[in-house]
Amino acid sequence: MNRDFKVVGKEVKKIDALALATGEVKFTADITLPDMLHVAFLYSPYPHAEIEEIDTEEALNTPGVELVLTYKDVPQTLHTTAGQGYPEPSPYDTRILDKRVRFVGDRVAIVAARTREIAQEAAKKIKVKYKPLPYNLDPEKAQESEPVPPQDAYHLLPTIYEPRKNIAAGIKLKFGDVDVAFEKSDIVFEHRFEVQYASHSAIEPHAAVAFYDERGRINIISTTQVPFHARRIVSRVLGIPLKNIRVIKPRIGGGFGGKQEVFLEQVVALVTMITKKPSKVVLSRREVFTSSRTRHPMITWYKAGVKKETGEITALKLKALMNAGAYGPHALTVMANAGSKVLPLFNKIKNLLFEGYTVYTNLPVGGAYRGYGATQGYFGFNVMLDMIAEELGIDVLEFFKKWHIKKGETSPIFEELGEGKEGVAQVIRSCALSECIEKGAERIEWYKKRRKKLREGDKVRGVGAAILMQGSGIPKIDMGAAYIKMNEDGSFNLHVGATDIGTGSDTILAQIAAEEIGTSIDKMIVYSSDTDFTPFDVGAYASSTTYISGGAVLKCARKIKEEIIKVAAEMLNVPMDAVFIENGVAYTEDRTQHVSFEDIALYSMYSRNQHQIQAVASHIGLESPPPFMAQFAEVEVDIKTGRIEVLKFVSAVDCGQPINPVLVEGQVEGATVNGIGYALWEDYIFDEQGRLKNASFWDYKIPSIKDVPEVETIICKTYEPTGPMGAKSVAEIGINGPIPAIANAVYDAIGIRLKSSPFTPEKVLKAIKEQGLKL
Amino acid sequence: MKVRFKLNGEEVEVEANPASRLLDVLREKFGLIGVKEGCGEGECGACAVLLDGRVVHSCLVPFANVMGKEIITIEGLRKTEEYRIIEESLLDAGSVQCGFCTPGFVISIYALLKNNPNPEDKEIREAISGNLCRCTGYQMIIDGVKLAAKRGEKLWKA
Repeated sequence: MNRDFKVVGKEVKKIDALALATGEVKFTADITLPDMLHVAFLYSPYPHAEIEEIDTEEALNTPGVELVLTYKDVPQTLHTTAGQGYPEPSPYDTRILDKRVRFVGDRVAIVAARTREIAQEAAKKIKVKYKPLPYNLDPEKAQESEPVPPQDAYHLLPTIYEPRKNIAAGIKLKFGDVDVAFEKSDIVFEHRFEVQYASHSAIEPHAAVAFYDERGRINIISTTQVPFHARRIVSRVLGIPLKNIRVIKPRIGGGFGGKQEVFLEQVVALVTMITKKPSKVVLSRREVFTSSRTRHPMITWYKAGVKKETGEITALKLKALMNAGAYGPHALTVMANAGSKVLPLFNKIKNLLFEGYTVYTNLPVGGAYRGYGATQGYFGFNVMLDMIAEELGIDVLEFFKKWHIKKGETSPIFEELGEGKEGVAQVIRSCALSECIEKGAERIEWYKKRRKKLREGDKVRGVGAAILMQGSGIPKIDMGAAYIKMNEDGSFNLHVGATDIGTGSDTILAQIAAEEIGTSIDKMIVYSSDTDFTPFDVGAYASSTTYISGGAVLKCARKIKEEIIKVAAEMLNVPMDAVFIENGVAYTEDRTQHVSFEDIALYSMYSRNQHQIQAVASHIGLESPPPFMAQFAEVEVDIKTGRIEVLKFVSAVDCGQPINPVLVEGQVEGATVNGIGYALWEDYIFDEQGRLKNASFWDYKIPSIKDVPEVETIICKTYEPTGPMGAKSVAEIGINGPIPAIANAVYDAIGIRLKSSPFTPEKVLKAIKEQGLKL
Repeated sequence: MKVRFKLNGEEVEVEANPASRLLDVLREKFGLIGVKEGCGEGECGACAVLLDGRVVHSCLVPFANVMGKEIITIEGLRKTEEYRIIEESLLDAGSVQCGFCTPGFVISIYALLKNNPNPEDKEIREAISGNLCRCTGYQMIIDGVKLAAKRGEKLWKA
């Protein structure tokens, strides 16, 4: 279905862009309050140790210091910092401060002082006697190593959780019999792939502010993707009633999953509760690297059995080992997504085994990160497909097109594998992946460049591709709600729990509302993410806002439109079905009479049968329709230095009906460039004690404008019948393809298979040495 | 130590530790919150300001160094016609996502176009390579700069 939209699908400017450009808008770190205290942390220098003695006297006596907290002074409630729905599918293995520290960068103490500098200096004066414990940095040795989590750590869900063996999560999924099928296969492929740690690197560091309001309630303003989960978690951890907490999300300087963690809110709330003064914490970039959250590193072993004649993959085995680091937020669900967001893409494989474990180590903590397991899983998946197509002697794009999931088809994995529990069965209702493959191929000039190994001196060129899907929210779990009321001038307040973290969701939700009501976007006043003043929403994660929150806004807009028509019909003295709305005016069927929205609002408030025209609606996704994408890289490899240069990168996406094409492009390109950085440079370098050696933007390279190639986005429009205005999600998918697309392009250029990211010159040279150039 | 300097067109004098960072003085003493801190190491450019017309990262400038100099922050720049052109162009090109890095980019773009009204793609990349953005992937920022160069043609050459 193709609707003729007036607001949706148009390049509407972001409604908050102006204030952001002028620098007037307040981010969390910009908030200052009278008598505010600044919080700093003391961190563990050991990868694993017991605190034997801790002396805070000198720190406490430092002028300007008002509070020093150690594990002896804070609630010892076990919790997870994962900002997920309740019950969280992550283990309760974390305390605000603990007697034991589990990685270099784990918190030892909290200091609050008049200035940030005083707090930081005072933290250094805390004297700690540690008893070092055996530690382990290698996920493959985790099960035999000293247990990392607390003795009493537990999981709310009936799932695999064996903390004494350092198993933070486990998944096993089986269809058919892979072993029998491998026996019968003509060719069997078996390879190991590895992806590394990475930092979200939102340019705004994590921050939180707390203060008491005049009614004695704790107010928290924080850089959060999940204000409602933050309220719930703070209430639980500090043992204070939820009704006494308000969480407000201001503008957020990027999240990418890093701000789905609740680990600062409880600290500032506690400091404010004890001191009765406002408090603030702003992490330094170094702290963001070492002590916030990261991309989970993962090792995957793919094994595939193929029939030579048909090219059918008859069996696929995916074994995965994920490193949680010292705590387990998202340990189960990121692992699950490495299978559930990847394997259904080739839905005709009859024999399938997916087995994955997440383990604790004494390293920084993994968390939600754009792509969320799919990034980890798609590397090996797409490289394997490239290998299989080559072995079969067919073009990989034809192989993709023949076997990828299509409209009207399903995969048993949808039903079997969900987020912390079983999934939801679904049939694909919209899919333009084949079109994405064709259009992307055209733009990268696939058939002109593939297998050409164009060489100039030491530099050889190649092209590679990857295909992907993601989801749109977590079905039957994620809920979003919206409230709309009409004002006297015909404008509307749209209140949503949905959390705009820089993505532009406030704008696209306003577009959906304006479109459905029949007015223009400048009539929508959006207010989002305030636990006191907006309805609930799970928050900005799992590619859910457009689909779930957008669904709520659409329902709400439908309801208020009906209310408007009801009043208009009364005013025009005609039946309701004889009224239609166009551009903020209600007309009679024959257009002979009309009343404007302003007239309608005024009438409803002051004339007869007075009432507030308003509506509220909630929405859960019953399915999670995947967006699809084909990504293409053209690279130039210097065989002497091992340096890979990405010359061009093309992404062709099916996100259903794009609500705002410019914002869609922004999401795709941002994700793509982040993915290119992850493919080529971004990595955590540890010393033998687990100390992060490159905790700065100087040493941890994120792409600058000089490093990025020409990136191009193609939107292959479909209409998703279950989505608001036909939309699916788009935020995450683009980060999944750069690693495999670049790896496949490097193979196309020089015949070397890269199986461990990032593809640094050292690794490329090593692979050349091991595998031998094929030019 | 008392330091006199010109800030956004006005002569100011302020008492501060000479070793403190210009960034902190601007934010804390003058409330200029458009100057952002992203890394504190001179790498991300969110704290970019103009010092005598040159782009500097204010997190790396000791406050004493601005004695007698002229500082322009985004708050000063936004009163100008040049700013209006840059802002409109960035908005139209979709260059603003989270917006945390945007004021810093605007400073660098302004300095670029003042010196080079008609920059090539490569020159744009060079000039704003001191500003990091994690949201956009940069393509739309480049588009925005090109749009600003075109729309403000006369202004930049003046």
